[in-house]
Amino acid sequence: MPVTLLVTAGAVRQAAEGPSCYSRLRNEWVCGDYLVDRREEILSALGSHVVLSVSSVLLGLLLAVPLALLARRVPRLETAITAAATGLYTIPSLALFPLLVPFTGLTATTVVLGLALYALTILVRALLDGLRAVPPEVREAARGLGYAPTRRLLRVELPLALPVLMAGIRVATVSTVALTTVGALVSHGGLGDLLVTGVAESFRAQVLTAAVLCVALAVLLDGLLVLLQRALTPWSRA
Amino acid sequence: MRVFEEMWAHLTDAASWRGDGGMLALLWQQLLLTGTALALATALGLPLALWLGHLGRGGFVAINVSAVGRAVPTFALLAILVAAEWPGSATLGPYGRAGAATLIALMLFALPPIITGAYVAVTEVPGDVKEAARGMGMTGRQRFWRVELPLALPLVVAGLRLALVQVWATATIAALVAGPGLGRVITDGFYRNDYGQGLAGALVVAAGALVLEIAGAGVQRGAARRAQLAPAST
Repeated sequence: MPVTLLVTAGAVRQAAEGPSCYSRLRNEWVCGDYLVDRREEILSALGSHVVLSVSSVLLGLLLAVPLALLARRVPRLETAITAAATGLYTIPSLALFPLLVPFTGLTATTVVLGLALYALTILVRALLDGLRAVPPEVREAARGLGYAPTRRLLRVELPLALPVLMAGIRVATVSTVALTTVGALVSHGGLGDLLVTGVAESFRAQVLTAAVLCVALAVLLDGLLVLLQRALTPWSRA
Repeated sequence: MRVFEEMWAHLTDAASWRGDGGMLALLWQQLLLTGTALALATALGLPLALWLGHLGRGGFVAINVSAVGRAVPTFALLAILVAAEWPGSATLGPYGRAGAATLIALMLFALPPIITGAYVAVTEVPGDVKEAARGMGMTGRQRFWRVELPLALPLVVAGLRLALVQVWATATIAALVAGPGLGRVITDGFYRNDYGQGLAGALVVAAGALVLEIAGAGVQRGAARRAQLAPAST
């Protein structure tokens, strides 16, 4: 009897404090109280998601540039590099992280390294396509004007390859943001960590919030990249 | 490194392959999931995309559905489906725990590449060929079946092959919501600090992806050869 009384008292107190939309009894998808109460947890997951995704794409880009330039210089390497990139892309992300763990452990490095490898496969191809799209007569003209190879690359070829490269960076960024969630396997998945605990506790508000934030982040970064491309290629607007 | 020895031990131990939760059973389950999800997505998306491509309409939707698909993490979709009233984590026959949720998530994941690939394939058939077919008095239906589809087939098959490998790879993610498939070997290994097992699972999954990729390439070459022969045989 006392137990029942206690439970009733608890329910009454809860009712008096106003209904919370997340509890053992109520499990609503959209819940303002959740956003307020767990604000710090949500923001820190979002923050680490941004850091993981952005540093992965940057690292991928950093590795893709020398690889693409090398592939362009040595045609035999180009087939090898594109074949390796295709092979790598077929390896599931959930399988790639375990393969890295013996070397880098259960750290954020594992996630960034794995995601950078995926971004790399997209970026190398975009860079090669972009450089190939530079008209030969433009290259010839630059040579005729006395541009040395490095200067020609930086001043003529890379700017002209930029639209194709930026398209590749956009694809890589959007897919990296989505793929970061899988990092939850090594407990460094940003919003993916919220998804895993949300599913384990069947916590709907948390699952939906993490999913929506993930898509919103991808859309936001994509939009920023479009703005960046406009700023970098003022001639294309004329 | 010791982890690799443990991985080898796990791979060569017959016990880790046999039985209910063994790798053979999970391998089969994942193949079943991949095949079913791809078949559902093909049945749903391919006719629509081919029809839109034939009409030359709806290009904006057909192209952009891929961009949307890329931005939505399959894991998030799966998490929502599992947390929902339906399909939830209910067991579905041979597809295992959360089978329905996994199938739906994988099907939705496979739709964009199939739709975009098939649409682009049909619209890329050279305009003068379509014009010639029209000039010969072919009806719309004849043009589609005798001209556009045979010429588009290699690209359509390429899209399906891409989707096949991607669905296989993504099916492993179901394990993150305690769902079916080979990913279970990996997540189990991680949760029990048995990284040798996690590594063994990863290797089997990666090998499966490469086998599917190579098999898909073979089918695609076959389709391309048929497309080249088609004009000569009619």
